Amino acid sequence: MSQTVFAPWDDPNEKPLIQFRNVTKRFGDFTAIDDLTQDIYTREFFALLGPSGCGKTTMMRMLAGFETPTEGKIFIAGQDMAKIPPNKRAVNMMFQSYALFPHLSVWENIAFGLKREGKDKDAIAARVEEMLRLTRLSKFAKRKPHQISGGQRQRVALARSLAKAPKLLLLDEPLGALDKKLRQDTQFELMDIQEKTGTTFVIVTHDQEEAMTVASRVAVMDEGRIIQVATPAQIYEAPNSVYVADFIGDVNIISGRAKPNGDKVVTQWAEGQPDIIGTTATKFDAGQEIHFAIRPEKVAISTEEPQDAANKLQGKVLDIAYLGNISTYHVALPTGHVIKAQTANTRRLSRRQITWEDPVWISFTDTAGVLLER
Amino acid sequence: MRRFSWFNATALTLGFAFLYIPMIILVIYSFNASKLVTVWAGFSTQWYGELVRNEEFLNAAWVTIKVAVMSSTIATVLGTMAAYVLVRAGRFSGRTLFSGMIYAPLVMPEVITGLSLLLLFIGIGLDRGVLTIVLAHTTFSMCYVSVVVSSRLVTFDKSLEEAALDLGCSPFEAFRLVTLPIIAPAVISGWLLAFTLSLDDLVIASFTTGPSATTLPIKIFSAVRLGVSPEINALSTIMIAIVTIGVIMASLITKQAAVRQARDERMAERPA
Repeated sequence: MSQTVFAPWDDPNEKPLIQFRNVTKRFGDFTAIDDLTQDIYTREFFALLGPSGCGKTTMMRMLAGFETPTEGKIFIAGQDMAKIPPNKRAVNMMFQSYALFPHLSVWENIAFGLKREGKDKDAIAARVEEMLRLTRLSKFAKRKPHQISGGQRQRVALARSLAKAPKLLLLDEPLGALDKKLRQDTQFELMDIQEKTGTTFVIVTHDQEEAMTVASRVAVMDEGRIIQVATPAQIYEAPNSVYVADFIGDVNIISGRAKPNGDKVVTQWAEGQPDIIGTTATKFDAGQEIHFAIRPEKVAISTEEPQDAANKLQGKVLDIAYLGNISTYHVALPTGHVIKAQTANTRRLSRRQITWEDPVWISFTDTAGVLLER
Repeated sequence: MRRFSWFNATALTLGFAFLYIPMIILVIYSFNASKLVTVWAGFSTQWYGELVRNEEFLNAAWVTIKVAVMSSTIATVLGTMAAYVLVRAGRFSGRTLFSGMIYAPLVMPEVITGLSLLLLFIGIGLDRGVLTIVLAHTTFSMCYVSVVVSSRLVTFDKSLEEAALDLGCSPFEAFRLVTLPIIAPAVISGWLLAFTLSLDDLVIASFTTGPSATTLPIKIFSAVRLGVSPEINALSTIMIAIVTIGVIMASLITKQAAVRQARDERMAERPA
């Protein structure tokens, strides 16, 4: 059975659920969102990723209705949201602080939104029970928020925001307060729930690993603009700028001048060093500024000169970071550049031969790195 | 346990004596059989009996309680509203001026507050009586309510209100269903504060009262000017008892809440 890839953003017939159209938001002199246009589709798990102050939370608050755009329009399911107050939107939000009502029990917290809809008692009870089961909280229904642990509180917040079956669920740094192990478990739980309920999720996070794990698409933001929107794999393997390459994961950047050479582009980066050969679809002019970005795991390290590598450089081991499953070697080149090379530790420690101060060769193919204009 | 020292014991005794000897004397003399306040003539509860039969005192007590309940309730509503707006409205121009103006009556001498209210009531031709005292007490006690409530609202997590809006509440419903229940302790203590202030106010009440309404403090003050009677001692003893019981109850309730909170938090840590 073949599985269709979930990619509504590539389908021109697909109608987006959320449309930002030239949205600008200013707070006094400060521009939080700068002329932003973006579509988000039904059933997507869309992550807004960026450092604090990049405008990702403002974007989310505008979707919830707590902020109004200074300029531009936001549409949800084709409807202009400008005049719609938060309580009239089919959008629910899970707050960073969870914002659970301390004077109500877990059960009453989840039922809160349903009661506002004026549903009858049995329907409310049935829905609350369903949410309690979904988030595995049935045992805690009668407890107050301060009588349960942090992870449980986080699940109550999720259950409460899902109870009204919103078209769109906004998650503001939902896992920030949890420790690492619990956070990873919860990430998978979130994906599971998203799949089960079919709700569109928009998540705000500054944790790139979290965004990569849960999201169908990631938007990397900086200073009120979206720098790149793509699937996690594209963001990682084909970043469109040094900023994105550097923000997601670990990367080596070598800057130089471009020299087109047939279907390859050569980066001239230092006197007396061999030029770096790379492939790209982008057109570069001779002498144009160019940045060669390569992930450490795509750089091979060896003691002997590799024979058939497109690019090879000589250096000396400066540092070794042993992480258990992998090791990262920091190799200093004669030019002063430090290149990180990563290898999987498939052999036991005693069998490996590279150590500090060793002269080594680093090598990579001509398709391993990306060539970036900025 | 600290070691006993004569210095500590003396300091403690002196301090407490300074605070409580006047009240103890008052309580003791309220059980005096003699009509002369300064001569002890044996134990008796007759003055309490007289007090119950004294209609003037009972009337005054009734007026006082009426005034206190009404003024503290109005002051709580107005003071809470003022606090809410000042804390929540953000930075509008003139905000500092507004909050300063809310708190100014706190430091205003009572004589001036009383006099200005009297002039106002005469100016608009309002007959002085229970209504005017209620208005006057509301005026000065709402500042206290506003101070108490706004100090609670400052630490109130605004996202709770946003969550209520997000889940479909109108702004008023969000206030009624989420904000108010959470800040209720502050609102209640604001009410109690306003109630107490109204209960023992003499200066402002005597400026704004009329012949039809005599509050207890006014009654006691005017009675004392004709000479201290054991009846007044009895009345004061009852008031001391009421206040003491109130304070003890309030602290018990607070302590119980703290104990419950601690137990709940232990429960949260235990895996279920």
